[in-house]
Amino acid sequence: MNSVLVALKKKEFGMLGLLLVLCVLVALKSPAFIKAVNIQNLARNIGMFGLFSIGCGLVIITGGIDLSVGSLFALLGVVLTIALTEWHLSWVLGVLLVLAVAGGLGTCHGLLITRAGLQPFVVTLCGLLLYRGSARFIAQDSTKGFGAGGFELLRTLANGDVLGVPAPFVLLVVVAAVMWVLLHRSVYGRYLFAIGRNEEAARFSGIRTKRVIASAYVLCSLLAGMSGIIFAFYTNSISPSMHGNFYELYGIAAAVLGGCSLRGGEGSILGILIGVALLQVLQNLVNILGIPSSLNFSVMGAVILIGVLGDQLLRRRGERARR
Amino acid sequence: MPQPLVELKSIAKVFPGVQALDAVDLVVQPAEVVGLIGENGAGKSTLMNILGGVLLPTSGTVRIDGCAVTLRSVGDALAQGIAFIHQELNVLDNLDIAANLFLGREPACGGPLRLINRRVIYAEADRWLERVGLNLPSNTEVRALSLAQQQMVEIAKALSQNARLLIMDEPTSSLTLAETERLLSLIGDLRGEGVSVIFITHRLGEVQRVADRVVVLRDGQNAGKLAKEEIEHDRMVSLMVGRALDDFYVKGASQTEPGFLQVRDLRTRAYPKHPLSFDAAAGEILAFAGLVGSGRSEMARAVFGADPKLAGTVSLEGSALPIRSPRDAIAHGVYLVPEDRRLTGLVTEMTVRENITLAGLRRYAPAGLIDRQQERAVAEEQRESLRIAAPSIEALACNLSGGNQQKTVLAKWLSMDPKVILFDEPTRGIDVGAKADIYRLMRGLAEGGAAVIMISSDLEEVLGVADRLAVMHEGRLAGVLPRAQADEESVMQLAVGGAAT
Repeated sequence: MNSVLVALKKKEFGMLGLLLVLCVLVALKSPAFIKAVNIQNLARNIGMFGLFSIGCGLVIITGGIDLSVGSLFALLGVVLTIALTEWHLSWVLGVLLVLAVAGGLGTCHGLLITRAGLQPFVVTLCGLLLYRGSARFIAQDSTKGFGAGGFELLRTLANGDVLGVPAPFVLLVVVAAVMWVLLHRSVYGRYLFAIGRNEEAARFSGIRTKRVIASAYVLCSLLAGMSGIIFAFYTNSISPSMHGNFYELYGIAAAVLGGCSLRGGEGSILGILIGVALLQVLQNLVNILGIPSSLNFSVMGAVILIGVLGDQLLRRRGERARR
Repeated sequence: MPQPLVELKSIAKVFPGVQALDAVDLVVQPAEVVGLIGENGAGKSTLMNILGGVLLPTSGTVRIDGCAVTLRSVGDALAQGIAFIHQELNVLDNLDIAANLFLGREPACGGPLRLINRRVIYAEADRWLERVGLNLPSNTEVRALSLAQQQMVEIAKALSQNARLLIMDEPTSSLTLAETERLLSLIGDLRGEGVSVIFITHRLGEVQRVADRVVVLRDGQNAGKLAKEEIEHDRMVSLMVGRALDDFYVKGASQTEPGFLQVRDLRTRAYPKHPLSFDAAAGEILAFAGLVGSGRSEMARAVFGADPKLAGTVSLEGSALPIRSPRDAIAHGVYLVPEDRRLTGLVTEMTVRENITLAGLRRYAPAGLIDRQQERAVAEEQRESLRIAAPSIEALACNLSGGNQQKTVLAKWLSMDPKVILFDEPTRGIDVGAKADIYRLMRGLAEGGAAVIMISSDLEEVLGVADRLAVMHEGRLAGVLPRAQADEESVMQLAVGGAAT
């Protein structure tokens, strides 16, 4: 336990504290919060949102941003329904197709940013618009669905459990573990941080900075592809103009809440997970406490603002102590 | 004795855990140039930040014209006529000179819109530029100016705010020789007009030339004062380090292997029409002297692959190296200690350990996963052998002094057995003690069989360290001199484009 505490950086520690306090408060206010059904529901959502938030975090660590994730969900969802229900591809091919499209688009982002020298914000903003439009066009603006039966494995991945634990959460734990090793123990992870802090110095140390940056966008899109498949089967029908709306902002918000700096070079997998959980608990809180759901985004915005403001104040105090 | 302009009396400043200043006194008379010297970390900047209104002293008094004052802000200091010109200049390079000069106090036309009175602002600005001898129209964009010219803009700005005391922190560290000359003579002129100057520098020759008095700080205390006639290089050094520095420069290449590194017809973006060819021997220190902007840094960056080569070959031990990126150069044992350690040498917000191992990380990472024990061991070994003064290898590089940052950059390459190592201005802004360490390390590398190439604008250093001198002038190699035939005069001759004598 001690080593776990040491491993948590101060910032993550604060956010974890906030998360726990929030949970306790909600639980006291409404015992429904700690009912198994609610916890399971919460875990499922954390699983689905966590998967792509990790990707968003990686990109943010390089000093970039990916705004295209939400629209990508719509496009991939439409592609998946068409592949499975109209072309009657096997689920394996369908999944591979979705991941290939995601990886391909991620590669495009990476190349446009590193080779053409465009700003990540601009490139992925264009992605956001392009993919949403393509999804609506391909689906002819009609809702696509998987129907009532079939694709049991993929349905289980989205809606099933492993020993009572929601499958998306299990998948998140596995992916997060792999990504933790990648980010915090591997050469690649060290390079990501170095580039996020100082790309030029990283280049002068012999790091292929362009390649590393581009790969972060590919990873981000691939993780988005993974969670996109789960989201598609979770909702079971994809309305191309609505599906995944604003999800890129959930990812970015989770990463920022979890300690990633938009300046780059800062962040951790654990922090991102805490950020994701915090956002989901907030949503849950809004539902359980009967706060009008129209206030949903406002509550989220306020909490993020308070979170980063508090962090800033603490940091400034720390700096003043050093001065 | 006239009334002193500024009198700092037993100033102390305590930061958490550090006594940065302890009972320091400093007096500046009107129309006096005071050289403030000391090693990095001696407290010069802290003291000047107190006088400039950036920091408040923990105890002690600041008197100006005999009255005790409290300088709570830069504005307070300016109101008293004290202007601080920092080493990193505070100009906005997206605006023109006049806008910079009158930032925050623009002359307005009157009326509710407060439109800027363009006629007045440019006329006034031109007048101040003339005063500092900068012959440029004041509507020139600051981004088009050289560093030296930007500095003149800052000085003009200070004077236009009725500054009576200019604090200049290492004003010459990135100036060319000619620009330095101009600045030193401007300082002399200002003194003639009654302005006082506190001049902080590591270049003792400049202090000797321009200062009326020298104040030496060491470890946050007054280490000594020298009157005009007592200002000598050796006395300043011994006051700064608290002991005499013997064998400051380590002399002499013993075994060399000529033709080890051959650069042929190298063309860089800076001087695309001037191909550059030279050899460096294994075992020697080859110094590139010349003026700033003569194409030396561009040469180093091109050899290292950081900038594209327009043409030319680099060969090592007879075989051509295909270097297209720093990564290629590093793979062949060709390393660069770049000019700007904070921008290109270090990831300043990473730890000393992470910086030391960044370039060679794959060696300590079987299968892509970092062997953290080995990584720590390598970093620790380098920290000890280079005597990097950091609390631990987990300290952030940005918290180290300039000298220790430079040693950290060096440690990165030393842990990887250099064959050719290029140093671009390796001792700029570094204190005397760390300089001696770095010279020793360079000599050690040469003796270990590496070709060491040093670019330096400090003539004294070039003559002290090098075995051979290559002098550049406007992108061309003006001449190569063996150490025995080089002196300040012959090098300067070549550097300004004259023939060798």
